[in-house]
Amino acid sequence: MATVTYRQALRDTLRAEMLRDEDVFVMGEEIGVFEGSYKITEGLLKEFGPRRVRDTPIAEEGFVGAAIGAAMLGLRPVVEIMTINFSLLALDQIVNHAAKIYGMFGGQCSVPMVIRTPGGGGQQLGATHSQNVELFYSFIPGLKVLAPSTPAEASAMLKAAIRDDDPVLFLENLALYNTRGELPDEVAPAEIGRAAVTRTGTDITIVAYSRMAHVAAEVAERLAGEGVSAEVVDLRSLRPLDRETVVESVRRTGCAVIAEDDWLTYGIGAEIAATIQEGAFDWLDAPVRRVAMAEVPLPYSKPLELAALPSADSLVTAVRDTLRATGRR
Amino acid sequence: MSEILMPRLSDTMEEGVVSSWHKKPGDKVSAGDALVDIETDKALMEYEAYEDGVLGEILVAEGGSATIGTPIAVLVTDGSAPAAAPAEAPAQAPAANGTPVRTEPAAPAAEVPAARNGRSRPPSSPLARRIARENGVDLTTLTGSGPGGRIIRADVEAATLQTAVLSTQAVVPPAPPSAPPAATAPAEAARPQDADTEQVPLSRIRKVTARRLAESMRTAPHFYLTRVVDVEELLAFRATLNTALAPAKVSVNDLIVKACATALRANPVLNVSFTEEALLVHKRVHIGVAVALEEGLVVPVIRDADRKSVSQLGAETRELAGRAREQRLTPQEMSGGTFTVSNLGMFGVDAFTAVINPPEAAILAVGATRKDVVFRDGEVIPRDRMTLTLSIDHRACDGATGAAFLGQLTDLLENPFRIVA
Amino acid sequence: MGDTDTRSPARPRRPRKSKPQPETLVAYYRQMLLIRRFEERAARAYTEAKIGGYCHLNLGEEATVTGLMAALEPRDYLFTNYREHGYALGRGIDARRVMAELYGRSTGVSKGWGGSMHLFDTESRLLGGYGIVGGQLPLATGAALAIDYRGGDEVVMCQMGDGTTNIGAFHESLNMAALWELPIVYVVVNNGLGMGTTVAHASAEPELYKRAAAYRMEGAHVDGSDVIAVRDAAHAAVERARAESKPFLLETTSPRLRGHSVVDPARYRTAEEKDALKAADPLARLALELEESGFLDAEARDKLEAEVRAEVDDAAAFADESPHPDVSTLFDYTYATPVPGASRRLPADPVF
Repeated sequence: MATVTYRQALRDTLRAEMLRDEDVFVMGEEIGVFEGSYKITEGLLKEFGPRRVRDTPIAEEGFVGAAIGAAMLGLRPVVEIMTINFSLLALDQIVNHAAKIYGMFGGQCSVPMVIRTPGGGGQQLGATHSQNVELFYSFIPGLKVLAPSTPAEASAMLKAAIRDDDPVLFLENLALYNTRGELPDEVAPAEIGRAAVTRTGTDITIVAYSRMAHVAAEVAERLAGEGVSAEVVDLRSLRPLDRETVVESVRRTGCAVIAEDDWLTYGIGAEIAATIQEGAFDWLDAPVRRVAMAEVPLPYSKPLELAALPSADSLVTAVRDTLRATGRR
Repeated sequence: MSEILMPRLSDTMEEGVVSSWHKKPGDKVSAGDALVDIETDKALMEYEAYEDGVLGEILVAEGGSATIGTPIAVLVTDGSAPAAAPAEAPAQAPAANGTPVRTEPAAPAAEVPAARNGRSRPPSSPLARRIARENGVDLTTLTGSGPGGRIIRADVEAATLQTAVLSTQAVVPPAPPSAPPAATAPAEAARPQDADTEQVPLSRIRKVTARRLAESMRTAPHFYLTRVVDVEELLAFRATLNTALAPAKVSVNDLIVKACATALRANPVLNVSFTEEALLVHKRVHIGVAVALEEGLVVPVIRDADRKSVSQLGAETRELAGRAREQRLTPQEMSGGTFTVSNLGMFGVDAFTAVINPPEAAILAVGATRKDVVFRDGEVIPRDRMTLTLSIDHRACDGATGAAFLGQLTDLLENPFRIVA
Repeated sequence: MGDTDTRSPARPRRPRKSKPQPETLVAYYRQMLLIRRFEERAARAYTEAKIGGYCHLNLGEEATVTGLMAALEPRDYLFTNYREHGYALGRGIDARRVMAELYGRSTGVSKGWGGSMHLFDTESRLLGGYGIVGGQLPLATGAALAIDYRGGDEVVMCQMGDGTTNIGAFHESLNMAALWELPIVYVVVNNGLGMGTTVAHASAEPELYKRAAAYRMEGAHVDGSDVIAVRDAAHAAVERARAESKPFLLETTSPRLRGHSVVDPARYRTAEEKDALKAADPLARLALELEESGFLDAEARDKLEAEVRAEVDDAAAFADESPHPDVSTLFDYTYATPVPGASRRLPADPVF
């Protein structure tokens, strides 16, 4: 058991998987010589050489598509897209090809590939580099979308993603890269498609994923000091969605707040809220609230950016409002 | 701007201690929100806000005490903002928007009968609706304490805290309330209006109880059957039992509860609930036992009383009553009864009639045991007797049927071995 | 100029036309005839509402298709666009399975899941027709990357239409293939029209093979109505890719005989243009050639015609009699690795 950063967990897992399976290779912009924009591939070129650590031109559609083609022939490419914002350039390849090939050809050919990409605002990167558009991929049958929030989860889920025979969009988050957590010496691959109750509680359910799951854990801890018992459900998998775990929790607590890192209208939280109203209607004592990004192109200005992003404080406010609505605070 | 004053929350209270604030300065406060917990000389009471506003300065911090009527906090109210419409608005009139409810004494909205075809359901959370369904609570009789008057779980659970109320005579159908509901009354109402009258805020339990019992009298046509029962044998039987069970003890009331359960098991005519669609005949016998509390009576429920021994039943009753006095009963322990026993004998009451707890169909009112002189075989002899009065919902059961049941109950009490046979 | 660092842009090679054996020529003719009759039959079935969706035909491209397919080894991979019925037949897939796919039946090459635009067959290494213009290029490039990664000697052929050369994926793919020296041959089948837009209207460089020069890639142009010329040019490119692991851009030109798809009446063509097209019909041209050289007389041609018609009729009958996929299979191909929580709900099913 060691304490490592989220970044280190990803790097070590990538390396271990490359050692384990000759068919696993990584490709993307600046991942070799430059060792990755966020240093996830540090040292890999040195160790594995350019055949297995492939720097690509700045051509997302091209290299993501090439990874799909390589996967069709049985390789297991792990593609890094520098940030999820740039994945939009490869949207056609991801949505119209990676997600379709298995079904469209009647199950004759699968696409065992992983697209790793960080999302997240808060770094003053401005409107085009601070988005969270995981929803675009979570919407598509045929894709699997994972969003780990801790180093241990990141490791277990990356393993599972690499070994899975379907295209997996592996969502990372800039703000999480330096977070630390315990990593067991032996990490078993996670089961894809399962949410986790990362903290049990009786008063309210907080549903979150990725960075917001991290924030939710923090908020639950803070509220515990005020006598509020908050349960945290970390979705971990955005597609498939583990509706049962979410609903089962809300049936116990009677109310829920969803913390999402994307825009509210049509966002991930909307799906969770719809799920809760259908699955836990008779258990709801208050409307389901969502905490989400302000619906603006994210500004560069620090105070504006801070105001727009969902934070621990905004989550606390929504939780308190909801508890008040149920007469419990 | 108004002051929140230390409320009077018990008859003997002179000062109270602020136990904990539910709000902090700057928090939005809506009428009906739990504001502060006040420790009185008797109990810990939740005190609600009467007006919308923002909590200003807290004058008495947690742990501090204050005499009744002294300010404990400041509530900043927007003078132009109308007070919330009464949450319990007449059925046809949804909460009036933009119609300020004057804080001077004003003619209250007249109670309008529920519209026959209009949508008269007050806002309520799905969870509240489910708990209401399961406990036979009529939501239209509740006032919601949630946002916008929404009925929430807490309201329904409070409504299931049944209170057996002493009603010396048949209660006349309620007249229109002579004052706005307390929850929306202005804070000034907490102050004596004149030297001769003191306004005491209603506890949530009291409010719920008032509403439920009024509803019971309004909707359930009560009729009463009274019978004097000879309990000489019962008292002797109890003495025998207590000798055998020592140090455990059973009370006369335990035997009466057990007798009711046995009678209902044998003849379930009163183990029922009336609904518009059907008569619900309950297959299990759960007997509520009224327990006196500071602010009324609560009714913990002994589940499956017919299957429990008298001593077990007695122990359970005392345990529940003890926790009732500490206000530590769960809503589940106070709901689901199918029949209730209310005993005022210990207060020296000879006989009384009790108000039925909906959705039950009957309640037994037990008076004090008295030495009477009775004629037997031409002789005048002293006998211990008590008066039982059965209140029955006429919609669920008629006189003859009720009389037969009361006869069976009497028979059991006069031949007590049969109670446990 | 001339030094190793700055190669001059490649000039088109003019492949020498080889002299094929008579039976080879007849076999090509039969293949072209099969494609012609198959596509005509597909057009008819479409009008009979037996075929749904889109339906793009290779009519007029029979020589190109046949020549290209003749240049490939069985172990090579093929990626195509959505105008690929003829390519599927050319790869040796039974006409029955191709027609059944057009009919959307479970016996089709893609089990009824793909339709006309999405023919796929693992065995013959046809790795898909693709309905998104340019979508197949990165995939084919990636397949070539996989071959290179594993040190194999297969080659990937990636077919596309002329309109595709204006899309980003074309340029990104060619750049990567040249940069990484991948064994792939890109073939632009230029029929002069992207739907209704002429090449001259859409491409600043209308001589499409010249676009290879931007990536220091070899490129060439060949007459698409001459099956032997196409075969030889494609063969040279394929074998060079195999031997040297170098990509190539081959352009074939041949007019489309029908509209963009069966529902396109091609009203934008004049009567004179249509007459000229008929005159340029590659099938008629080869039949004439075979007759003149005495390889195939009218009687033998009629026999071949009857054979091919029977094959196509049989394919249509087979397709018509084949079962539609059962609705119970609807959720069979969402994920290759089963996963909890994968939805199996039909539109009216509750989530809970």
